[in-house]
Amino acid sequence: MNDTNSTVTRPGLRNLVSGETAQTNLMLAVVCILVLISMTALRPTMFLSSYNFESMAFFMPELGILSIAMMIAMLTGGIDLSIVGVANLAGITAGTLFATMAGDGGSAALGLGPVTLGVIVALLVGMAAGLLNGFLISVLKITPILATLGTGQVFIGLCLVLTGGPAIVGFPPGWNAIGNGKLLGIPVPLLIFVLICIALSLLLARTSFGLRLKLIGTNPKAAVYAGVKRGQMIFYSYMLTGALAALAGVLLSARTNAAKSDYGASYLLQAVLIAVLGGTNPAGGRGNVLGVALALISLTLLSSGFQMMRVSNHLIDFVWGGFLIGVIALNSWRSRKGS
Amino acid sequence: MRFLRSSDAIILAILVVAMIFIGLVNPAFWQMSNLFSLLKENVVIGIMALGVLLVMISGGIDVSFTAFAVAGMYLTVRAMVALDYNGLVLPFMSAILIGGLLGLMNAGIIHRFKMIPLIVTLGTASVVRGLVLGLVGTSNVNINKMPDALVEFGKTDLFTLERANGSTYGLTAMIVIYLGLALALHLVLKHTMIGRSVYAYGADPEAAKRVGFSTGRTMIFVYVTAGALAGFSGLLHSSMIWLANPRDFVGLELDVIAAVVLGGASIFGGRGTVLGTVLGVFILVMIQNSLILMGIDTTWQRIVVGAMLIAAVTVTALRDRRALV
Repeated sequence: MNDTNSTVTRPGLRNLVSGETAQTNLMLAVVCILVLISMTALRPTMFLSSYNFESMAFFMPELGILSIAMMIAMLTGGIDLSIVGVANLAGITAGTLFATMAGDGGSAALGLGPVTLGVIVALLVGMAAGLLNGFLISVLKITPILATLGTGQVFIGLCLVLTGGPAIVGFPPGWNAIGNGKLLGIPVPLLIFVLICIALSLLLARTSFGLRLKLIGTNPKAAVYAGVKRGQMIFYSYMLTGALAALAGVLLSARTNAAKSDYGASYLLQAVLIAVLGGTNPAGGRGNVLGVALALISLTLLSSGFQMMRVSNHLIDFVWGGFLIGVIALNSWRSRKGS
Repeated sequence: MRFLRSSDAIILAILVVAMIFIGLVNPAFWQMSNLFSLLKENVVIGIMALGVLLVMISGGIDVSFTAFAVAGMYLTVRAMVALDYNGLVLPFMSAILIGGLLGLMNAGIIHRFKMIPLIVTLGTASVVRGLVLGLVGTSNVNINKMPDALVEFGKTDLFTLERANGSTYGLTAMIVIYLGLALALHLVLKHTMIGRSVYAYGADPEAAKRVGFSTGRTMIFVYVTAGALAGFSGLLHSSMIWLANPRDFVGLELDVIAAVVLGGASIFGGRGTVLGTVLGVFILVMIQNSLILMGIDTTWQRIVVGAMLIAAVTVTALRDRRALV
């Protein structure tokens, strides 16, 4: 087993430091700086204000974690269209739990214990959702697109049944601190996001788990011959995606102090876009956390700058979509040039 | 005999069983007015589903058609209002043309850049919706501003019946258009070279190329037809509800895809029939509309649609089971 592992590992490691990923990340960093410079030039006083950066630091992590979740699903050549449903379901389940625990006293009285329990329950909901996706995809062999399209509907449906439609409000103060608090002057969501980024990039780059995930996406046949348990890995990857999506749901409901079945619906396309923009290959095998984080930062800067110039939100959608197609074209052109 | 063994026959059987069951729970299901309104609900979703079927047979998936439908509808109606134009043929031609051109964009990107259709159409949908809402406008064109010709056209009934209290209800003539389009697509798919090339491409693009099919032409046919059908269905929808809402159809793509999958089409491509899709659309619309008749809360609707989609894809996945390794 050790032998097979090392033969699996080496090409993966070489792949990691290879030119292509580094090139993409370098390009993304340049884009980041260009966006920053041009937005600063257009709206210097507003854009560079600390308030602007602070507000970005609070809302960016939700989308960032969802994008990383999408990237994990794409590594095996899959996709997860249910992440937003999972995020909302996790937030709503926690909210329902708090309402039950608090009874008539109101959720304000709930201390650290119940809040921790809420986070654990939310993450478990995410993992259970991922387990269902993994089962459909790996055991029943349903295409990831259709399986997660269907489960996404079911999760949103469960949200509707749990809430009856309107938003759940009134989370305990400890929960809100996750989304709005600061630790040593740094917004807590940003702190969580950075921790997740570090943990996942180590997981993907430095463990055999990460390399096996990528191998499934690169060459399923070779992966099976190399002793990778494909079904098992797909279960793990969708459970990880589900848990990350649930974490994004925790941040979303903590920041807004509310949870609703249709919050963050636009995040789905944006998460796909950021993952692809960050150098993830939707056909599987390639993706890295740094690229996703850089793509996230450049697009967040871009839309924040647009909002300051009072460009309609709809045109921002147009730009996001255009960006996605532009990246597809660029990647295709580059890979053709490479071959 | 061959029909009895096909998946269309199974879908038909499921439909009949579901109808009998719903009728037993609430006999009001069988009232003519309910059946007529069900058929009316089928028209727009059904026409969109024909386009999605075509894309799915070719091995792709399309989530941009609702955005194209909005573009075809809203641009046309706004232009008609601005020009004070009152006609039928030109507006429908323009909606079809808008949808077709947008479809050509999909085909171009997917074929040229060899990119997964899902991701391309997610992008083009966002682009088109963003442009329509951001540049053209976000306000509804209401009944008082809607061109009369469109409203009158949407009201056309094949025949009308009278209720006991004297009010009348009719069977919409649009169902003829829908079934006509379905028949046309069926004939094209079964009996023309371009139709067969769609199946060939969906089953195995490389094989299709080696047999001599021009894959570029097939992709253009598939996505332009799907776009044109979407544009047409958008304008037809607004003529039937006497309203042009640029935010319409959000989330409908999932329902339509569910209906097509329910109708037995395979996402791997190469499989799917027009009859199956028509039946799949009918089952989906019927179950969505009958939850209230059966006394089930409407909040359960999403769960039911999702569960139906999962059940349908599980059955097709078991049928199409391919050795993945």
